[in-house]
Amino acid sequence: MIIAERKPMEEIEESVAEYKKVLVAGCGTCVTVCWAGGEKEVGILASQLRLARGAAGNEIVTLETTVERQCEKEMVTEIKDKVAEADAVLSLACGSGVQTMAELFDDKPVLPAVNTTFIGMPEREGLWVEMCGACGDCFLDRTGGVCPMVRCAKGLLNGPCGGTRKGGMCEIDPDKDCAWVLVHRRLEKQGRLDLMREYVTPKNFRAVRRPGKVQAAKA
Amino acid sequence: MKGRVIAFCCEHSAYPAADLAGRLRLHYSESLRIIRVPCAGRVDVIHMLKAFEKGARAVLVLGCEDGACHHITGNTRARERVEQCQVLLDEARLDGRSVAMHNISPNAPQKFVRIADELVNAKEQSREAI
Amino acid sequence: MSTPFREILKKEGFVVTTEVGPEKGSSVSKAIEHIELLKDKVHGLNVTDNQSSVMRYPSLGICLLIKEHGGEPVLQVTCRDRNRMAIQADLLFAHSRGVRNVLCLTGDSVDVGDHKEAKQVFDLDSVQLIHLVHTLNSARDIAGNELSGGTDFCVGTAASPSSDPIEPQLIKVEKKIKAGVDFIQTQAVYELDEIKRFTDFVRNMDEKVRILAGIVPIIGVKMAAYMNENVPGIVIPQRIIDELAEAPKGTGVAKGIEMSARMIRQLKEERVCDGVHIMFIGREERVPEILEAAGLV
Repeated sequence: MIIAERKPMEEIEESVAEYKKVLVAGCGTCVTVCWAGGEKEVGILASQLRLARGAAGNEIVTLETTVERQCEKEMVTEIKDKVAEADAVLSLACGSGVQTMAELFDDKPVLPAVNTTFIGMPEREGLWVEMCGACGDCFLDRTGGVCPMVRCAKGLLNGPCGGTRKGGMCEIDPDKDCAWVLVHRRLEKQGRLDLMREYVTPKNFRAVRRPGKVQAAKA
Repeated sequence: MKGRVIAFCCEHSAYPAADLAGRLRLHYSESLRIIRVPCAGRVDVIHMLKAFEKGARAVLVLGCEDGACHHITGNTRARERVEQCQVLLDEARLDGRSVAMHNISPNAPQKFVRIADELVNAKEQSREAI
Repeated sequence: MSTPFREILKKEGFVVTTEVGPEKGSSVSKAIEHIELLKDKVHGLNVTDNQSSVMRYPSLGICLLIKEHGGEPVLQVTCRDRNRMAIQADLLFAHSRGVRNVLCLTGDSVDVGDHKEAKQVFDLDSVQLIHLVHTLNSARDIAGNELSGGTDFCVGTAASPSSDPIEPQLIKVEKKIKAGVDFIQTQAVYELDEIKRFTDFVRNMDEKVRILAGIVPIIGVKMAAYMNENVPGIVIPQRIIDELAEAPKGTGVAKGIEMSARMIRQLKEERVCDGVHIMFIGREERVPEILEAAGLV
């Protein structure tokens, strides 16, 4: 799923500084699961904004809503009346959700309240780790299901750099595994280490032509 | 609710302690308002924030002693939420120290009074300082 | 004029290289001083490429200066700052100006440097970079286009024989050797056994590859502790730390030089490897002392 992190309060406050009535809009999908922009976080942010602006003598009115998926126009359309009421929309969805909202309500400022960080999985409660870089040219079949494109700090394709720390940790962060040590372990366990010995040619970094577009095959 | 101190009291520990304090006629600050909850873990961050929005000047969350929670981890979760709320208040440029979590057993009325008075007095002093 | 490095590697003798670190700024006076001091005492002068991800005067610039002063430069190229197009263009330029030796490196992460918010490139990795140089040597670019004049580079790379775990590292070394390297410079090593094991591993794959052991003099107990703690792939044994601790105050540098020279002598006499690459960062002017003490001048 898509992982996001709430922006610093200061930055959010600055972005809505000139507005008196703001719709705080969450998304019920990925950002709910990663605790960044679901209904709960909407309530907390709206309350914080009211407290901060109230204390500064510059009260703000907040409307609150959470759409099941902010990246789907049909679902976002449902909140059009609330949007019409507000001076601006503060979206807690990922960048895709913010843009869907902005496109649908193009007469209204739609401002991001989270930073979309990566595609990942929960490692344990409250901790998410990056897994996929959406490169459009998957080669997990050759790496034992570990993606060095994003899980190696340098995105190396032919093995570890010389900086692996004792115990197989990353040079730049002793709390993170060296992806290539993981690849090695996995392939060794499966008796497929020869895969790691094969040369991987330079990556096609244009597998996805920006802006990306995917057309499903018609059934 | 202006100027009040809100105490969310777990009905298995803090609430009976407060009750006992009353029956023993122990005196505690009149600005304290007690809200009975089934468990400290029932209190969410948004409840604490809303209390401040309604004018509370401090919030207490009182749960069972460590290892004695009737809902196993309600008190530890409550502590985490209080800590989160402290950060959120600081971010909104309010005083994060206005919210506190304490563990208490049901037969400790003196401790209840002490905790309540300490927070009320601390808030009164900080108000004077301002 | 110096002998081409490739010729040196083909000979039997003990190979000695060292480094010239570019300055941070447009001034090259210090580099010239070091070039003049060292060019006739060693077989090749490596020039680092934005070493430790700190932005500096370019490697290529210093390599040209070395050529002008009659030395033999080894151009270090990392994958951090340039994509495949920029790297190829730079290599064509380097070749046209007489640079004939390339050391293919991954490069440090920008996180350790002085431009931490820069976009790090890593369009290629070091194995792909080695392939790239050979492709240019065959007068084609890596997109398959013919070139009006190819290159003729002698190719080197680096390795970390003290890494833990070592197996993934060795697989990468294997890929580098298969891609084709003339020489390998190792990360700083302090145990003869380690270099020996590494040399055996490489010789087993390809006996023509020359191995230059990385020599970094340790000049104090604090430096040793810092390196053991912070530089992955470097292990400084306790006996070196003990020897340094016993050295009288103010003699750390001399002690470091003495220990390095002793190690180089052993490497040479016992034929553990084919040569050494001496890195005395910030103290280039004292490299001749190491060479003298090791009997290499």
